[in-house]
Amino acid sequence: MLRRGALGQAATPSAPSRQLGASATALGARAPNERLARVVGGTLHEISLTPLQDLHGIVTPSDLHYERHHAGVPRIDPHAYKLLVHGMVDRPTVFDLSALRRFPAVSRFHFLECSGNGESAYRNMRRDQSPQLVDGLTSTSEWTGVSLATLLREVGVNPRATWFLAEGGDAGLMARSIPVAKAWDDAMIAYSQNGEALRPEQGYPARLLLPGWEGNTNVKWIRRLEFADRPFMTRDETSKYTDPLPNGTARMFSFVMDAKSIITFPAYPATLPDRGWWDVTGLAWSGRGRITRVEVSTDGGTTWSSAVLEQPVLSKCHTRFCFPWKWNGREAVLMSRATDETGYVQPTLAQLRAARGAGTRYHFNNIRAWHIAGDGSVTFGVGG
Amino acid sequence: MTRAAMLRTALVAVAAVAPIHVRRNEPPGPPARYGLGRPATAEEVRSWDVSVMPNGNGLPTGGGTAVQGAAIFRQTCARCHGPTGVEGPFDRLVGREPRQGFPFGRDASLVRTIGNYWPYSTTVYDYIHRAMPYDAPGSLKPNEIYSLVAFLLRRNEIIADTAVMNARTLPGVRMPARDRFVLDNRHGGREIR
Repeated sequence: MLRRGALGQAATPSAPSRQLGASATALGARAPNERLARVVGGTLHEISLTPLQDLHGIVTPSDLHYERHHAGVPRIDPHAYKLLVHGMVDRPTVFDLSALRRFPAVSRFHFLECSGNGESAYRNMRRDQSPQLVDGLTSTSEWTGVSLATLLREVGVNPRATWFLAEGGDAGLMARSIPVAKAWDDAMIAYSQNGEALRPEQGYPARLLLPGWEGNTNVKWIRRLEFADRPFMTRDETSKYTDPLPNGTARMFSFVMDAKSIITFPAYPATLPDRGWWDVTGLAWSGRGRITRVEVSTDGGTTWSSAVLEQPVLSKCHTRFCFPWKWNGREAVLMSRATDETGYVQPTLAQLRAARGAGTRYHFNNIRAWHIAGDGSVTFGVGG
Repeated sequence: MTRAAMLRTALVAVAAVAPIHVRRNEPPGPPARYGLGRPATAEEVRSWDVSVMPNGNGLPTGGGTAVQGAAIFRQTCARCHGPTGVEGPFDRLVGREPRQGFPFGRDASLVRTIGNYWPYSTTVYDYIHRAMPYDAPGSLKPNEIYSLVAFLLRRNEIIADTAVMNARTLPGVRMPARDRFVLDNRHGGREIR
């Protein structure tokens, strides 16, 4: 039974215990049968999606972390790397990589999510979509770096500075204005992901990390922080990454990712070959803090039951939930609904459309559904 | 001194000494500064600071007109954005429709352009300077960028044919969508916003 989709066929000895095994290696590799891969998309190949349906626990292997870049992945020499901090500061300063790594390090588990993640659950809902295609623009890593508050003290930020520009060293000099309050709260300059240096596509050698905030604000290949008393109004906070609303306005600086969840099993393309007990499982997360509850419905949202939250349950981090379910072989619609520590409850599609309108562009966190047919096949969405 | 008083004095002395002893075994608190990094030179700041603000801070000297911009656009931009900035294949830059209201939230088919959606004129300069052309970013000189900005603002019917865009005039160009933007009002809790 292919419980997960990524098992392949690789040549293996029929009696591995009767022959000497392989030697130790300098660099490990996945078992030959494990075929894990991102799905690359976008007209300029500017995105890749994490195979959520193939993963366990909460940490995303670094080589499967989703990607979204705006001008390709730059190649940056770590010896030449520098971070310039200037503007409304007492001491305009350049930090090289060794200086950043010499500060006391902090390590935190946090999710990242592209603010456009899940658009196909909001409109153009196709039945033959896996969790990877629906919501694969989110991943979780352990990030290590220097607390931005430490750097703020180091350069002496002017108390009248309320915003800073975070600018990347990619070919588009990707830039976002960020409130200074976030820097004092929990922001960091991260240089490590899951125990090793950042991957190039995750911002090597250093990136901004703003826990819980939309992916693009976590500026990769960070090269410059400019402190000011107002936002800069870059393209990526005006033309892009703003949310038109039904009342004829558009919301800007909509940083926080609201609570969301998705069942990753059973989910297309997996099937349920037998009736009986199955472990319904998935991920839940909130940019506002901890997940306090995940409920699962097996009848399309008529009745809900609490799922088990697996430890650890961390703030602004993917949380694994599971829900033992005895399938009776009849048609069913599975849904999950997350609640976070502010009391926010993941909305229905109708609720979110009423608040945001059909034309809105980002922050698609409505409840997802999987349809189980009588033959055990699973498709995305509520229909039969 | 009575024995009891001596004992009290000794205990006070021990109590006074003990916390110091305990403190010695704790890690030191963070200093105000670690003294890491080095001072940025004025030249480093000047050469890296490309940002342009809505009030015009950061705009360089130079200038250009829509007529000058038309030729540069044809040569440098049209293959991605179309001959008139409308046709694509990549982002449509020109277009004022819909002229009534701001119905982008209700209608998913509307395309957001400089003319119907961008709230600040300075962003056009800032973005071209940062990121365009896509395959040769940073290759355009200030006069060329001002000319392209003038061309795009003219095509969007925001400035006159003859208007010169420079560090003084560009921040004063009022964009059609200027008042359409509001700050985030989501705060968590029960309400869906």
